[in-house]
Amino acid sequence: MSGWINKLKDQFSSVVLEVQLDKDYPTVICNREGFLDLIKHLKEEKGFTYLIDLCGVDYLNYKHKKFEERFEVVYHLYNLDTKELIRLKVRIKEDDCWHYSVTPLWKTANWFEREVYDMFGIKFEGHPDLRRVLMPEDWEGYPLRKDYPLYLDEEHEWSVYKKLIEKTKMERGK
Amino acid sequence: MGIEKSTVEIAPGIRHIPGTPVVISPIDKIINWARTGSLWPLTFGLACCAIEMMATGASHYDLDRYGIIFRATPRQADVLIVAGTVTKKMAPMVRRVYDQMPEPKYVIAMGSCACSGGVFKTYSVAQGADQFLPVDVYVPGCPPRPEALLYGLLQLQEKIRRESKKWGCWR
Amino acid sequence: MSLALEINKKQLNEDSWEEPYFINMGPQHPSTHGVLRLLLQLEGETIVGCDPIIGQLHRGVEKLAESLNYNQAIVLSDRLDYIASAANNIAFALAFEKLMGLKVPRRARLIRTIVCEMARICNHLLWLATHALDIGAMTVFLYCFRDREWLLNIFEKICGARLTHTYVRVGGVRLDFTQEIIDDLYKFTEEFPNRIPDYETLIDINRIWLKRTKNIAVVSAEEAINLGLTGPCLRGSGVPYDVRKFRPYDAYDEVEFIVPTGKNGDTYDRYRVRMEEMRQSNYIIKQCLDKLPETQGEPILAEGAPDLLMPKRLKKPKPMPVPKKGVVFRGADKPIVPVGEAFAAIESPKGELSVYVVSDGSSNPWRLRIRTPSFVHISAIPELTKGHMIADLVAIIGTLDIVLGDSDR
Repeated sequence: MSGWINKLKDQFSSVVLEVQLDKDYPTVICNREGFLDLIKHLKEEKGFTYLIDLCGVDYLNYKHKKFEERFEVVYHLYNLDTKELIRLKVRIKEDDCWHYSVTPLWKTANWFEREVYDMFGIKFEGHPDLRRVLMPEDWEGYPLRKDYPLYLDEEHEWSVYKKLIEKTKMERGK
Repeated sequence: MGIEKSTVEIAPGIRHIPGTPVVISPIDKIINWARTGSLWPLTFGLACCAIEMMATGASHYDLDRYGIIFRATPRQADVLIVAGTVTKKMAPMVRRVYDQMPEPKYVIAMGSCACSGGVFKTYSVAQGADQFLPVDVYVPGCPPRPEALLYGLLQLQEKIRRESKKWGCWR
Repeated sequence: MSLALEINKKQLNEDSWEEPYFINMGPQHPSTHGVLRLLLQLEGETIVGCDPIIGQLHRGVEKLAESLNYNQAIVLSDRLDYIASAANNIAFALAFEKLMGLKVPRRARLIRTIVCEMARICNHLLWLATHALDIGAMTVFLYCFRDREWLLNIFEKICGARLTHTYVRVGGVRLDFTQEIIDDLYKFTEEFPNRIPDYETLIDINRIWLKRTKNIAVVSAEEAINLGLTGPCLRGSGVPYDVRKFRPYDAYDEVEFIVPTGKNGDTYDRYRVRMEEMRQSNYIIKQCLDKLPETQGEPILAEGAPDLLMPKRLKKPKPMPVPKKGVVFRGADKPIVPVGEAFAAIESPKGELSVYVVSDGSSNPWRLRIRTPSFVHISAIPELTKGHMIADLVAIIGTLDIVLGDSDR
């Protein structure tokens, strides 16, 4: 397993930044440029046909951070024949907040990427239909970012809900 | 003579003259008797409490013996059992469904989330259904046992029995 | 709504005299299992396009878990897939144990396997009840709930709760099995295989059932893997992928069981896969019960597991401090966790449930990502319903086994 991963680093030297084999599953940290070629190679030639998960992580104020970028997009790929799991990580800067979409390769990535956009604000280039999936369409803000509060107070409330509550208060006042 | 000797009490406060189709009682009591005997709830399961609501309606804790039949459309329902977490995205829709129900209508908030937001004090959860709905009975629990929901329904029946002048032009 | 129109404009047939129209199958509907909203683009009765809108039950569990302790986060996991809560607890516990490097004792692993399989049977019974009810078989609903009550009573004896157990904790389980529970489970495993034919005789070769489930939503194996389907939906198409066999956890490497697979990938095959899985779950419970007496007297919590028991009552209880606004009250024992990340997946009754946790050394997770099967299955609905009718849509939602608490988190 570790043999071919190290060869991967030589093959895609501009894309692969680091290969970590001491974690629970082999982790490959990649650049954004050229990422699509790497993941296509993994899917078609190495047999990682199953995308388990695609998620985002926000590292604002993380104490043990060893890199500068704020966000990370994490992919978990699985090979059904050789039963191997690999984790890919791509680091995204805050002011350059976009990434390539893998929807042409996996249809399941469609909704995963929509959720990452909804929760973190990372846009995906090449995505057919990028809009919010869990929050309402006109919600402001990206909830899973670290600077977003857990509980909204009255001023920052969502407009539709605020109107509903005020309408109810008026009816009760009568 | 006297009402007590010659009539039979068929329900609390309602007396029947045996052998005739004549019933003597205040109108309030008859109407409330009819309403409590056939409360038709709307199937409005949102989250986990919906499963316990289904279990209450299934064979072991039968709801049919109370006259309770679940209706799928709000236009034919009496009671709205809000079972589960109400999020801010869903709140306008709950309100719309409630507005579509004809009078007299009642609301039971089932579960901690519907009573007061429950475990979830977050950016997207409405802290209780009473933020935008007039709730009659609160049934706490996470989820409440079927017996607890039954008790809540029986308390609602008690509340209805105590109502007066909720018919005709006084509604 | 305008977006759905744009997406499906190319499907509009220029020669057809039927114009497509839009119908909203709203969040309040008896057949959408929970608050699922579907925007359907129809031509007559045939579905041309479908846009699922979820998020009506989004409770912010991932964000809430960042402000809670590792032990407290397990409470949130029950409410995700609330039909089989024990499975969710196990997924969280596995990820946290991997992060903390704990080794779970054998007795706890056997108990966890038993509880997970009981949850699987509970889930499949409820799935069958609602699926059959939507298609029209109402007796099956009542029969399934009767058997489910039996299991829920046993759950109540085990941990005190019927639905949201929070029984499996980080490092093991909360309480040990008593002899009464073991006897009840033996009785269940002997009687349950005789109950399954009750359901099957009603619907297996019933003409109405066959017409409504054969050749509905046929998925080929490659398509299923591409769409991300897992669990019985994938196995119905012939792919024998089961996390219990591919990446075994708990006591699954000690028990023998078959993983049923289908051939055609239609709704009927998925139904048969789940019925067979119920039998296999029963067999697994029996095997684990036979192995339990060997581990009598072993601990049920790993060494180094965060202490779960309440502190001893003080003679004069201290007054509770009033929390400041915005401060979340933390539990008695804060686990100390090494910096790092962990990924763990289980075979939940609906599919593959996986948890990815990132820690920063404090007692709260930095990021808790839950990949749930229902989220992925709902995203597959537009592909699966093309060309079918509205009545088939109801059968498709049933066969994918969707629970909105699971998909919206």
